[in-house]
Amino acid sequence: MLQVGLAHFLVVSAILFSLGIYGIITRKNAVMVLMGLELILNAANINFVAFSKYGNLGINGQIVALFVIILAAAEAAIALAIVLNVYKTFANVNVDEINNLKD
Amino acid sequence: MTESLFTILSIIILFLPLLGFAVVLLLGKRLPKLYLFEIAVISITFLLSVIVMYFKLAYSIDRDIIASFNWITIGAAPLSGVLNIELGIKIDNVTVIMLFVVNLISMLVHIFSIEYMRGDIRYNRYFAYLGLFTFSMLGIVVTHNLLMMYIYWELVGLSSYLLIGHWFEKKSAADAAKKAFIVNRIGDIGMFIGILILFTQYKTFTFDKIFYQISQGNIPFNSEAWLTATGILIFMGAVGKSAQFPLHVWLPDAMEGPTPVSALIHAATMVAAGVFLVTRVFVMLTADAMLVIAVVGAFTSLVAATIALTQNDIKKVLAYSTVSQLGYMIMSLGVGAYVFAFFHLVTHAFFKACLFLGSGSVIHAMHHEQDIRNMGGLRKKLPLTYATFLMSTIAISGIPLTSGFLSKDGILAGTLAFGKLTGHWLIPIIGFTVAAMTAFYMFRLVILTFHGKPRDHHKYDHAHESSWVMVAPLVVLAALSIFIWYTPNPLSPDAGWFMSSWVKTPVTVVPENTRFEFMQSAVQGGESHGEIVHSPLYTETMHWAHYPAMIMSIVLAGFGILLAFTLYQWKKINADKIADRIKPLYNFSLNKWYLDEAYDATAISGTISLAKILSWFDNKIVDGAVNGSAWLGRFVSKISGLFDTYVIDGFVNFTAFFSGFIGFALRKIHTGKVQTYLVFVVFAVIILLLFFKPF
Amino acid sequence: MMGFPILTFITFLPVLGMILILFLKKEQTNTIKYTTLIITALQVVLAIILLANYNYSAAGVYEEKSFQFIEKFRWIEISGISWLGTVKIDYFLGVDGLSMPMVLLTALISFIATISSWNINHSLKGYFALFLLLDTGMMGVFVALDFFLFYIFWELMLLPMYFLIGIWGGPRKEYAAIKFFIYTLFGSIFILLVMIGLYFSATETLADGTKVFTFNILQLMNSSNYTSDGLLSPLNPNNLRFIAYLALFVGFAIKIPMFPFHTWLPDAHVEAPTPISVILAGVLLKMGTYGILRISYPIFPDITRDLMWWIALFGMINIIYGAFVALAQKDFKKLIAYSSVSHMGYVLLGMASLTTAGVNGAIFQMFNHGTITAMLFLIVGVVYDRTHTRGIDDFGGLATQMPAYTGFVTVAFFAAIGLPGMSGFISEALVFVGAFGVESIRILTILSTLGILLGAGYMLWTLQRIFFGPLNGKWSSLKDLEFREYAMLIPLSIIIIFLGVYPSAMLDIMNTSVNSLVNFLHTNFTATTISGF
Repeated sequence: MLQVGLAHFLVVSAILFSLGIYGIITRKNAVMVLMGLELILNAANINFVAFSKYGNLGINGQIVALFVIILAAAEAAIALAIVLNVYKTFANVNVDEINNLKD
Repeated sequence: MTESLFTILSIIILFLPLLGFAVVLLLGKRLPKLYLFEIAVISITFLLSVIVMYFKLAYSIDRDIIASFNWITIGAAPLSGVLNIELGIKIDNVTVIMLFVVNLISMLVHIFSIEYMRGDIRYNRYFAYLGLFTFSMLGIVVTHNLLMMYIYWELVGLSSYLLIGHWFEKKSAADAAKKAFIVNRIGDIGMFIGILILFTQYKTFTFDKIFYQISQGNIPFNSEAWLTATGILIFMGAVGKSAQFPLHVWLPDAMEGPTPVSALIHAATMVAAGVFLVTRVFVMLTADAMLVIAVVGAFTSLVAATIALTQNDIKKVLAYSTVSQLGYMIMSLGVGAYVFAFFHLVTHAFFKACLFLGSGSVIHAMHHEQDIRNMGGLRKKLPLTYATFLMSTIAISGIPLTSGFLSKDGILAGTLAFGKLTGHWLIPIIGFTVAAMTAFYMFRLVILTFHGKPRDHHKYDHAHESSWVMVAPLVVLAALSIFIWYTPNPLSPDAGWFMSSWVKTPVTVVPENTRFEFMQSAVQGGESHGEIVHSPLYTETMHWAHYPAMIMSIVLAGFGILLAFTLYQWKKINADKIADRIKPLYNFSLNKWYLDEAYDATAISGTISLAKILSWFDNKIVDGAVNGSAWLGRFVSKISGLFDTYVIDGFVNFTAFFSGFIGFALRKIHTGKVQTYLVFVVFAVIILLLFFKPF
Repeated sequence: MMGFPILTFITFLPVLGMILILFLKKEQTNTIKYTTLIITALQVVLAIILLANYNYSAAGVYEEKSFQFIEKFRWIEISGISWLGTVKIDYFLGVDGLSMPMVLLTALISFIATISSWNINHSLKGYFALFLLLDTGMMGVFVALDFFLFYIFWELMLLPMYFLIGIWGGPRKEYAAIKFFIYTLFGSIFILLVMIGLYFSATETLADGTKVFTFNILQLMNSSNYTSDGLLSPLNPNNLRFIAYLALFVGFAIKIPMFPFHTWLPDAHVEAPTPISVILAGVLLKMGTYGILRISYPIFPDITRDLMWWIALFGMINIIYGAFVALAQKDFKKLIAYSSVSHMGYVLLGMASLTTAGVNGAIFQMFNHGTITAMLFLIVGVVYDRTHTRGIDDFGGLATQMPAYTGFVTVAFFAAIGLPGMSGFISEALVFVGAFGVESIRILTILSTLGILLGAGYMLWTLQRIFFGPLNGKWSSLKDLEFREYAMLIPLSIIIIFLGVYPSAMLDIMNTSVNSLVNFLHTNFTATTISGF
């Protein structure tokens, strides 16, 4: 019987994290970039919960996970608001073309 | 009269004129009649001083009244012991006589001024200043200590300054006022140092306490030389105030003031303050100090008399005659004839005030003409002024039956005795010479002014006798120039109450060996109150000197008068021709021995140039050093600024340039895309992980 | 009165006023002026209350318990820095006979200067705010008994002064302001160095028995507080104590100002506006001599005794040199400035005598110079306001045109000359009495009396050139004094004459302290008192 252990959680989390990074790097649509960000946050959440069960973090891990969820929600709200504004300004949400940071 | 009543009355006498001054000065502008208040005040003061004098001389002639209080208390000071500064009054016979003299003349001058100053733009202020002067002068008279003497000494200087400069719109008046104050200050410095010596030694300013200490053999810094020096230093105050050579130059200039002021301040009272000061400190003068005083006095009287011979301004002649007579008094003190000096002070005050007020009357009548060459013949126009003026002139010339004869004869006898006793014959010789000169120039003045024919007809025609307000004071003063008030015997002052009981030579307190020989044996009789019992030798010599001095002085005065009449009345000899023949001497006298010029050339211009040099030094050198160091500071900072710009900052700039170069090179990889950066981050993390292998 | 921190109030009341003014609008000029007036008037009231409760027989000087109106608490305490020990600085205020006259003077002069500031016509808000700050600085110097606190007040007054001259001054104001600032700062550095040197030389024993370094001036006066290896200890064989004394003296001497450090004064005076000149001459100059009496003298009695001849020498130079230079001036204000140099020489001479009469005279002269010179500068201001010139030769005959003004001028000038009946005479006479009594400086004293003559010379000459003679036609429309000017000149005249007639009113305040100080100076830090521990 395959016992689900810490390693499994970590692997899932790592895959999620990598997917997130991949999404952020490759997508041109800002909304998609945001979704990649969410994936990364959730990868971290999985790690916290996993360590909460298997490590010596205890209940703290789950609390932090809760915080992260709330944070992610807040972050998503703000980010989407920014994206909307960006769209209003540039009529575009393509991150490649919004390169005013340069120069 | 009890002591406390004396004290209270004296204090009232002292402060009433101050009240007059304050009230008239502050309210005078609003109330044009306020000068009457001042006159009322001074009259009350006079009446009170008569009362005080009467009771003092009639009932307590041998008792001095002293009252004092602590003005400044420093308490028991470490190292120097108890320091208390007292103020107080001392009422003795000399004081009450002076109170009477000062108040009488002050009152008469007040009355005289009502008419003389009428129409002046600062009429009330003038009377206020007279009140201030009277207050200050009375302060000198009543004080019992040196500090208070000095305080009032300066205050009379102030009131003299204000009154000489009463017509300050005239530059000459303002100059004269300033000169008077500053020249007086020179003397005052000496006096102040003298006072400091005494205070340092005795921790008190009070005369009697100082004299007591000296009589106990406690002398300044344990040295007789210092005692002599102290006496001379204090005498310096008198040199300034009583216009003794070489500080006499202010007095003739002071004639720029209104004439009644000249009468009150610069003839009768303030200038006599110096003499009064010397009488106060007479007992602590050593033989050497007295000799200095005698010589200064004699020389002054000679200098002033020679100058008076040729002056043409009526007031200038009187001014130099005042200087000369003050020299007489000082000389008299120097030769030990204390009583005669004080006696002459009193008689001179009356007849000289009379002369000045008389000259005021003349000037008033002649519409401010002062040059006697433009007068003449005024006898008919101003009969009363003439009579009183003549009376006083006779008195000052020393003709018998006058007060001046009595006092002057006494002084001359004193000098003669002094000459015989000490061998200093020069002093009596000068004394007699001056007596002849005095008679000459005074009669020259009378003749040129009142006799002969008028030389300025226009002014003569408008001249008229002054009103009774001006004449009455003249009459009073002229009357006081007659012998009868002082002694029943017109030839011997000793017979009078003035000399025999009112004023006596005090016992000297200086150590035996520093006195004149003829004063030495006086100590034995020292117990009798306040009176020196002269050595038999001195008494004898005085008796010996009495008649020769009297005869000689009459003869010399007669000679002087005769000469004056010959030259100016009968014109037997042409005065101008004589003047031409002795031109250098004549000019020397006319130009006042060139003393003013000499002072201008030396002391005054020296001071001014020193001031200018020091000012230059201050501006260029002292301040130059400051500015120089500021400049140096800026120079150094400039150098370091250059260093900073090119070396230090150069390095900094190089660093910046270098970074810029690197940045330019690395610019390529900055795309501005977050995603590119993220790729870098991810790969960097991976590389780091691989490199450090943390797991 | 106990418990009410009256000294704090009198010192910091102006700061309160300054804050109030800062809240006002720039346009509310009258409110600003009246606020300042009320604040300074309150300060005068507080000073009078102080005087009414003053104990004339308490000495103070070196004894903490006989100081009056003491306020003392720990202000700064840093412990735990091992090599430094415990740094302890007290907020320590108190007055005695040395400072009481100065407190009265400061309150009075600030009030008068406020009235005189009435016709300042630009940037009023800034002016009055700085003015009040200056007031606090001055008052603080005179009441502080902790060296550190003293130094803070000393520097505090410098800055407003700089701006007051530099902004509201005359044509060369920048030059004068910078000169004043740098010169004074230069002096302050010396003071600072000596202060720190003293700090590391003496210790104070606290209530719990521990010994800590101290800035407390009174503790520094106690020779038994010095450790034998202390930098400035009298037992230390090095000569640093002597050098420190000189440095401290120079720091204070610049403020007096003593020859040859006096040249900032004429420039500052000439350029400063009238009220600031009044404060400068009336109060600031006194800080130098006060500092010497409060700090240099009792902390270094041994060196003071050694150097008294030199102090007297510089006093004499100040008197004579200042008078001579004054004689040559053509600018009315500069003349008065140099007369200040001369008059402060009397203070130095009196102090140098180390006798009761001399030191009493010196402090009294400080007060009198404050009132008299303030009056003289006000007088210059009156005529400058009307004519915009200060050249002595430009005037002539003003007495005819402005009789009341001339009356006050005469009072002030004769007071400056030292005429009896005015306060200046008493102080000068006491100075001379004191100094003459000391044999070693007797010759210097005699030479100094020349100052009396020269003083009369330049003052009367000025009086004559400006006021006497025929009226210069240019000035035939000048107005005589107005109400505000009477309000400044009358109180000063009254004080000058009152103290001339009844000097004990002031002398009694300081006498006990001066006696104690003189006694202290002659008996402490001698071989016996130092070897006693």
